[in-house]
Amino acid sequence: MNTTASTAPPAGADAPAGRRRVRAARGATSDAGRRPPLVLLVPACAAALFALLPLGYLAVRALERGPAFAWDVVADERTLALLGRSLGLTVVVVAACLVLGVSLAWLTVRTALPGARAWSVLATLPLAVPSYVAAFAWLAAEPDLAGFGGAALALTLVSFPYVLLPVAAALRGTDPALEEAARSLGHGPLRTFWRVTLPQLRPSAAGGALLVALYVLSDFGAVSLMRYDTFTRAIHTSYRASFDRTPAAALSVVLVVMTVTLVAAEARTRGRAGHARTGSGTARPAAALPLGRWRPVALLWCAAVAAVAVVFPLATLGYWLAAGTSATWDLPLLTDTALATLGVAAAGAALTTVLALPVGVIAARHKGRGARLLEQSAYAGHALPGITVALSLVFFAVRYAYPLYQKLPLLVGAYAVLFLPVAVAATRAAVLQAPPVLEDVARSLGRRPWQVLREVTVPLAAPGVAAGAALTFVVCMKELPATLLLRPTGMDTLATRLWTETGAGSFAAAAPYAATLILLAAVPSYLLGRHRP
Amino acid sequence: MRRPLARRITALVAAGLLLPALAACGSDDDTSTAGEGGDSTLVIYSGRNEKLVKPLLDKLEKAVGTKVEVRYGDSAELAAQILEEGERTKAGLFFSQDAGALGALSKEGMLKKLPQSSLDGVDEAYRGGDGDWVGLSGRVRVIAYNPDDLTEDQVPDSVHDVVKPQWKGKVGFAPTNASFQAFVTGMRVLEGDDATREWLTDLKANGAKTYAHNLATLDAIEAGEVSLGLVNHYYWYERVAEKGEDKVNAKLHFLPGGDPGALINVAGAGILKDSGQTEAAQKAVDHLLSEEAQTYFADKTKEYPLAAGVTSTVEGLPPFESLESPDIDLGKLDSLQETLAMLQDVGLV
Repeated sequence: MNTTASTAPPAGADAPAGRRRVRAARGATSDAGRRPPLVLLVPACAAALFALLPLGYLAVRALERGPAFAWDVVADERTLALLGRSLGLTVVVVAACLVLGVSLAWLTVRTALPGARAWSVLATLPLAVPSYVAAFAWLAAEPDLAGFGGAALALTLVSFPYVLLPVAAALRGTDPALEEAARSLGHGPLRTFWRVTLPQLRPSAAGGALLVALYVLSDFGAVSLMRYDTFTRAIHTSYRASFDRTPAAALSVVLVVMTVTLVAAEARTRGRAGHARTGSGTARPAAALPLGRWRPVALLWCAAVAAVAVVFPLATLGYWLAAGTSATWDLPLLTDTALATLGVAAAGAALTTVLALPVGVIAARHKGRGARLLEQSAYAGHALPGITVALSLVFFAVRYAYPLYQKLPLLVGAYAVLFLPVAVAATRAAVLQAPPVLEDVARSLGRRPWQVLREVTVPLAAPGVAAGAALTFVVCMKELPATLLLRPTGMDTLATRLWTETGAGSFAAAAPYAATLILLAAVPSYLLGRHRP
Repeated sequence: MRRPLARRITALVAAGLLLPALAACGSDDDTSTAGEGGDSTLVIYSGRNEKLVKPLLDKLEKAVGTKVEVRYGDSAELAAQILEEGERTKAGLFFSQDAGALGALSKEGMLKKLPQSSLDGVDEAYRGGDGDWVGLSGRVRVIAYNPDDLTEDQVPDSVHDVVKPQWKGKVGFAPTNASFQAFVTGMRVLEGDDATREWLTDLKANGAKTYAHNLATLDAIEAGEVSLGLVNHYYWYERVAEKGEDKVNAKLHFLPGGDPGALINVAGAGILKDSGQTEAAQKAVDHLLSEEAQTYFADKTKEYPLAAGVTSTVEGLPPFESLESPDIDLGKLDSLQETLAMLQDVGLV
């Protein structure tokens, strides 16, 4: 694992100034006060500025007709009602995702659950299901679900892996010694879980919950199908109703404020907890907890979740394929679309990961206002509806980068703005798990900051960063509104084809695209589910 | 276990990076002339669904004499995009699903006045007040019903009747659907806000069931969940195309007497002033008004052709002249914001 770090010759010739060496030697967590090195700071600031583009646009548009008009839109009593509805949905979905994510993670990682590996893969697969497909499937089966319940159900079932993945990783990464000590002191398994295990999971669960919350706030597909009016849906309606971008922008600003509040709240929840072991990094797996007579209950729980989150949407698609006469498999078109989707999603994931890397490292290794601000900037636009982000990029590209407009780089850039937090969260968590003492040692041996990054931090964090890239890849594949506005003319992704087919009312014709999208997105989801850091 | 995942994903990402680069090389040649090269390419932003109009637009190249590129999307979102693009818009022609989105571009002065020769063929009621957009096809609001439950004489002749107690819990509609909202706007224009609000309140109080869209409403009629549905006429034909005629049970009732429930809305097109493609766009509009294109709307999208002299060929569809739709200026349907506020007040959306 540390081979990269040790193969490069020590850079003795250009040894650093003594001051730096002294600081580095002060200890493992002494980075708190240090300014991030330029090699991280410059690209991180660039990424943050990029992520803040939509905010610049919103400011221009919201204030177009003067602050008084914008305030009128925001201060409308309906805005408050929408805020309540959005927050209500967010709270319920986050709570449900925490229950599903933590319970499944614990069952599959720490207990002697039969088929634990298979269950953990199955529990990751819902990631591959777009929220609008899930909502559609549920509505088709039970039209009365429309409303709050339906929206909460669909959103929970597609987003609980956001909690499951980091929590499972944390469960594998934490040292079982603490729990064993608790057990040896006479605590029962439940009490040990509550008092020892759960607190260690708090940072990862909070990070996942934040992603879920921001996802719920920005989701349009599921809430619009379920006819549950949230902020994002109101923003869409506003574009649609008046073709007037000012009220939509004013409402979007409120969404940004909500995002920043949530990000700040999450930062408070996770506190200063990190969970890097101080040792060399030998992973000692925890002994699997026997489930005893709870085994059938645990199995039933896993099976129930898999049934509603994976089997049900797939079965619905299967039914559409079988029942409709418009289900035609246009293979060349399907292949082209699938390849294009894989291409843009991979490019989107790559750019997002590269931009997220410096922000994630700084967020993990440096405390203080500047580092927090950088991380929060990266999150700022995440709760915005895709259409708002897309229009902001139209605005900027038409004015300042016209040659790029409606070309692939802009679409890929949009993915980066939309999904930067997904990759930042993964990077941050991965870096936190890598012992900082190794970086300090490298520094004390005279490595320059960029060498430390390349030879120590990145190799140590690589699996987590790669997992983040895979997650970003999946969410890029499913993205719809920004893709519709920013794709090169004539290019299609599976999501846009799906939209075209359902727009014409032929669900059966849409089914092959939905099925292909889910199957392709299932590959990285599967890898994530199998992933054992 | 660390390396394989990282390596696999790296490979995937690398492959992904190469793909779009290759695709970009391939497509750059085609698109480099778009937008800036004057009339060498006509770019159409189509808010009309690709499935419905692609064959028609594919044929346009020959009629226009230049390369044609079509960008499909949602009418409202494309209108917002064109507004954001401003003078540098890539669109030469905007082909919209409804009059409202065209009205928005017209209001911002982004559309070019069409020559009288293009406008003349279409009834004044179905084109922009400033002559800067023209309706191409007409879509009618109707009441769909389940013939197993009731005969056609029992179906109400006015939307005012569906709020009567006898239809309690038996009516389906799609409150978020743009056509429904245009109909409510029409009712507001025709009968005033108070009467419309009362009707909406009654509709809700009468236990009318809401659906995601017109097709879901039709399906609910098929499934016997409701007896009546407020829908657009062509959805019925879409369902027939999807499922086969023998499997579609519901029937359509066209409302008489200028009832607001019989509103005719249009899909139409306007030319973007600043695109440098006006000549090609003009030819495209003329082609879309030609008998060939108008017959396409009749045959394929089952809408009513709007150009003079072309009649619908769809079996069982009443002739356009026989429709007793309300007399209303489509330009006045732009007060959608107020309609939405009312729907929200009443608690329907």
